[in-house]
Amino acid sequence: MEKMVNIFLFGKKYEVPANLTIMTAMEYAGYQLVRGCGCRNGFCGACATVYRIKGDKELKACLACQTQVEDNMYIATLPFFPLVKEVYDMEKITPSEAVMMQLYPEIYACVGCNACTKSCTQELNVMQYIAYAQRGDFEKCAEESFDCVMCGVCSSRCPAGISHPQVAMLARRINGKYLAPGCEHLDARVKEIKDGTFNELIEALMQKPVEELKELYNTREIEK
Amino acid sequence: MYSEQFQKSIKAVEAAREANIALEPDRMTAKQKEDLLAAYHPDYKKDEFETLKFGPNKGQEVPRELCELLQAKSRIKADDIDLNDVTYDVDVLVIGGGGAGTSAAIEAHEAGAKVMIATKLRMGDANTMMAEGGIQAADKPNDSPAIHFVDAFGGGHFAAKRELLSKLVCDAPEAIQWLSNLGVEFDKEADGTMVTTHGGGTSRKRMHAAKDYSGAEIMRTLRDEVLNRQIPVVDFTAAIELILDEKGNAAGAVLMNMETNELMVAKAKTVIIATGGAGRMHYQGFPTSNHYGATADGLVLGYRAGAKLLYAETLQYHPTGVAYPEQIFGALVTEKVRSLGAKLVNVNGDVFMHPLETRDVSAASIIRECTDRGNGVDTGSGLGVWLDTPMIEKIGGEGTIEKRIPAMMRMFGQYGIDIRKEPILVFPTLHYQNGGLDINVDGSTTNVENLYVAGEAVGGIHGKNRLMGNSLLDIIVFGRNAGQNAAAKAKNVTVGKLSLDHIAAFDKERAAAGVETDAVSPKLLPDYTNRKNRA
Repeated sequence: MEKMVNIFLFGKKYEVPANLTIMTAMEYAGYQLVRGCGCRNGFCGACATVYRIKGDKELKACLACQTQVEDNMYIATLPFFPLVKEVYDMEKITPSEAVMMQLYPEIYACVGCNACTKSCTQELNVMQYIAYAQRGDFEKCAEESFDCVMCGVCSSRCPAGISHPQVAMLARRINGKYLAPGCEHLDARVKEIKDGTFNELIEALMQKPVEELKELYNTREIEK
Repeated sequence: MYSEQFQKSIKAVEAAREANIALEPDRMTAKQKEDLLAAYHPDYKKDEFETLKFGPNKGQEVPRELCELLQAKSRIKADDIDLNDVTYDVDVLVIGGGGAGTSAAIEAHEAGAKVMIATKLRMGDANTMMAEGGIQAADKPNDSPAIHFVDAFGGGHFAAKRELLSKLVCDAPEAIQWLSNLGVEFDKEADGTMVTTHGGGTSRKRMHAAKDYSGAEIMRTLRDEVLNRQIPVVDFTAAIELILDEKGNAAGAVLMNMETNELMVAKAKTVIIATGGAGRMHYQGFPTSNHYGATADGLVLGYRAGAKLLYAETLQYHPTGVAYPEQIFGALVTEKVRSLGAKLVNVNGDVFMHPLETRDVSAASIIRECTDRGNGVDTGSGLGVWLDTPMIEKIGGEGTIEKRIPAMMRMFGQYGIDIRKEPILVFPTLHYQNGGLDINVDGSTTNVENLYVAGEAVGGIHGKNRLMGNSLLDIIVFGRNAGQNAAAKAKNVTVGKLSLDHIAAFDKERAAAGVETDAVSPKLLPDYTNRKNRA
């Protein structure tokens, strides 16, 4: 007989096997999920969830697909949170501090409560990456926020109304496009291809009998 | 920390670690690979396949579960909806909001077309988001598109459509450049040189990555770009039937709101199917690494409207799905773990294969080790082999795991397993649909006019097995390509009278073939309620 625990989905009690995740426990209880379920592997942020364990005052946040149920867990999913996403043209944007001031001025209203960091389902230092964004240090903001799955729990807890994942998204794009070093070998190869450098080689492969290609494949040199 | 039952085997793995790191295992010969696949790869299990009795691929075998959906009834009858009541009227309709769909939409928009995306979950709920390891492109001086071609053609058993593969490899560097210009953060050295590694079956190190969030980084950037361009995205809305015109050309789709079941007509000059894969079909009872909506919808929509499939009988089982703990059973353990030096080790601590054989060969080899050879580790709910992750820290130095594969460290960390210090248990998981709709090099289907396909729903780019890192590449290259060509084509299309006559025609064919079924398709979502199937 498998071990069972009691959980409370939106306040209603269900008895479920103790080894399930919150997501599979909801399905076990009979929910056919449409919202609040995406990749089921911790990458997409669709299944943001908040919960309290009975007797514990702390409100915890997690991804339902990555978290095992516990006895007396009071669960509410957060399948959508209205983040503010400003629209901008990447070609026209400049990698300056003023960009943040223009698009997301509310980050300067941060009161330093650290509720965002405490609630992050990926255990990121959210308040720190917002501090980097305030200073226009996009590289550090990008690095610190890199593992963000944009679930939105941080923003749901923010008294200043900051949409942290969108701020970080902007910082990462600025860093990737404008601040990271350019790549010479990539640009050179794109030019070579445009110039037709490999056309003959490719054309030859297109025409070769399969037997010859097999020989070529099976005897090819593999870089160590 | 693993429980007592695993400790004896872990001791053996630890004792052999130094020697196993030094070991350079032989690669298999072509003959050894053929024999191994025939005996152990799921694609070769004849009784798991069924012959299509009618439709464009009549007489060909496909997985049983797919056969049922391809031959199933439509969710609607033609008179359930008034085709004159048009809710959306666009140049280009993109079905699917993953990497291929968003790439297509961005390019169609760039070309000036009126484009929209319909997606049954949210934009970005897609296998792209979950691709961890990387994206291939031959952009280093010791590499070339020709070498990339040979690696992929051989890895796919010499079955790829050469004109598609040639486009894939030749457009690869530009795809990386395009993504970089959008702001995707690839791993680079201080001087801008791309950090690249091997994948299974590559002969050059050409795997570009963004830690082990490669797909997530690409997907969130593409999604952000779609939002910046203010391309209309109708989410939680599935396409459940293509609409044709009186000439039989694609002319839109019937859309269904996933929450209210409301039906709507989307009329379009060209349609792009970018609906992704089929892992949630759980072929042969395998768990899957795929996202929740991977149910082969595009194949069904296309097939019923007359489009042909290519290689739909070939699936990819990723060799390293999680075998333990069971909460993450079937989840992907990126191939990059092996690229960084971790080897596959059996219950006795022996390395039983070269870690970077192609995926089909690696999966078959692990299955052999766990079955006939009896060298698997009993996980309590199945079998698995060790993937000796602590090797990575020994080879690359302390901190390598946290820097290069943080998602893996986090995923196992949730269950108290520190992959820097302890090995992990893996077994093959259903990962990728090698086959799909047959396309020309411009992305159009071979036999339905104005219908395009991109991404995992396409068949023929990779042949009968795909190399790591060629899927993120294909969604970008062929997504963009489909978007550009569908937008160009739309300029010269005049849509005729909209029709759903093909539904009744398909019913007639079914009856004539003597097939009886209660199944309806597309499936849209798996049913896991009350512990049906496997998560």
